[in-house]
Amino acid sequence: MRFHRTAWWFVAPAILVISVFFILPVLAGFAMSLTDFDIYALADPANLRFVGLKNYLRLMETPLFWQAFGNTLYFVVVGVPLSIGASLGAALLLNSPLARFKSLFRTALFAPVVTTLVAVAVIWRYLFNTRYGFLNYALGGLGISPVDWLGYPRWAMPAIILFAVWKNFGYNMIILLAGLQAIPGELYEAARIDGASRWRQFRFVTLPMLAPVMLMVSILTIAGYFQLFAEPYVMTQGGPLQSTVSVLYFMYEEGFKWWNLGSASSVAFLLFIVIFAVTAFELRRAPRWGAT
Amino acid sequence: MKGAVAPILVNGMLALAGAVTVFPLLWMVSVSLMQPGEASAFPPPFLPTRPTLANYRELFTHAGIGRYLANSVLLSLSVTAVSLLFNVAAGYAFAKLKFRGRERIFRLMLGALVIPSQVAMVPLFLLLKTLGLVNSYGGVIVPAMAGIFGIFLVRQYALSIPDELLEAARIDGASEPTIFASIVVPLLVPIIVTLAVFTLLGTWNDFMWPLIVLSDSHLYTLPVALASLSREHVQDNELMMAGSVLTTLPVLVVFLVLQRYYMQGLMVGSVKG
Repeated sequence: MRFHRTAWWFVAPAILVISVFFILPVLAGFAMSLTDFDIYALADPANLRFVGLKNYLRLMETPLFWQAFGNTLYFVVVGVPLSIGASLGAALLLNSPLARFKSLFRTALFAPVVTTLVAVAVIWRYLFNTRYGFLNYALGGLGISPVDWLGYPRWAMPAIILFAVWKNFGYNMIILLAGLQAIPGELYEAARIDGASRWRQFRFVTLPMLAPVMLMVSILTIAGYFQLFAEPYVMTQGGPLQSTVSVLYFMYEEGFKWWNLGSASSVAFLLFIVIFAVTAFELRRAPRWGAT
Repeated sequence: MKGAVAPILVNGMLALAGAVTVFPLLWMVSVSLMQPGEASAFPPPFLPTRPTLANYRELFTHAGIGRYLANSVLLSLSVTAVSLLFNVAAGYAFAKLKFRGRERIFRLMLGALVIPSQVAMVPLFLLLKTLGLVNSYGGVIVPAMAGIFGIFLVRQYALSIPDELLEAARIDGASEPTIFASIVVPLLVPIIVTLAVFTLLGTWNDFMWPLIVLSDSHLYTLPVALASLSREHVQDNELMMAGSVLTTLPVLVVFLVLQRYYMQGLMVGSVKG
């Protein structure tokens, strides 16, 4: 095999950037999570001490960390199925042979995905306003009294979930639509000949054929939803009563507000481990799911 | 059920979904043109009674949004230009040039895709602080100069370039940089445009990292500035909507114009491995 001598010149800049500004920090992050790196160490590295797993142990005893973890889990467990459900619904509609103006609707439904999160969060904060927000106005029309969406601990996270579904469903919609279009028409033909109803065609042709795409979509969406940060930062500042503090929000405050950088690193690593474990779990049970 | 009802049902639901999705964006534009205080009323007004550009004028004259707009444009364009150069060169090499350790390095990089970028943020901040890049444009640009996803995207596309084409050029005595510039890059134009749109929108919309690394307000990008403004002006809905329009309209326009390329990248990018 002949080697191209100049090849390294092509890859070296990119590999250098990725190694120095991504791989190295990831490894350093783990090392830092084992130290008491704080504002004093920031001023003088001589103040830095190795503390083993103390950061992790202390986090386990920090109620706000558990609350942040619980809030994030809530966002993932409720938000991901709603999100993917909306994506699937929209994709099925767009894939229907009866649908008209498909590309127009596809663009419209996808638009929120490319918008700037901070900007649209500002819009939704206005829509969620208790006194003159559109949501309460619409609910008022149905005879429901005003809800303090972002000011009441029980409703703040559902409000953020609603916003996140609106913002994100278009992305998976496009991927699922491509998955639907890849299903051979003969399969539906055969099912129809066997007398399968619309619902049974969906249940026994569409869903199984879509399983691999669904698996990928759910892995990516779960990983993404675990990284909740900007939504609560803009809409609720983690409140009310810390009901929307997410793991990353907690990490941000721990690291860049209080400068407990060692502790913040351990939060980041715990989040990574959780995401990794969930992904591995999904991949492991995947074959069974595909076989149904 | 069959016949007339089904088409109405499908198209009706599509129209409803489309309307619900686009409504907040249209209303944003409408409220941004209202008189100060007009939107803080019940029932919420849908259209301005006397349309005005006062909110935009206020943003430029008193909130200094021109500066943030310039920062966002500058940072997005520089990140896109530099990272395109690095990612396209590397993606091509991983697909078409043979070098020691190629497969191993590529597998390692694919594996690293699962690591969320936030894991690197704290040490990255310290590294950039040591390099004197915190609180400067460099703090945003330097870490973004290359990316695994971009390299992967280009590699998948470059695999389809026929080897004979490159060999013929080599036999003719063309150097590798010449081959890259005059044969490879023209063939990669579609994926380069796709990656450019992705990088441009991604950098423009990015929030957490600029928030961390840029602390001087005159360096703020639009999203960071908007988040900080929205904390000060909680009640000024019309002003904040004007800020949202300025922040999100440029990316929407870029997307609408280059939509085909964007969607293509989404498909390549999601069918990985």
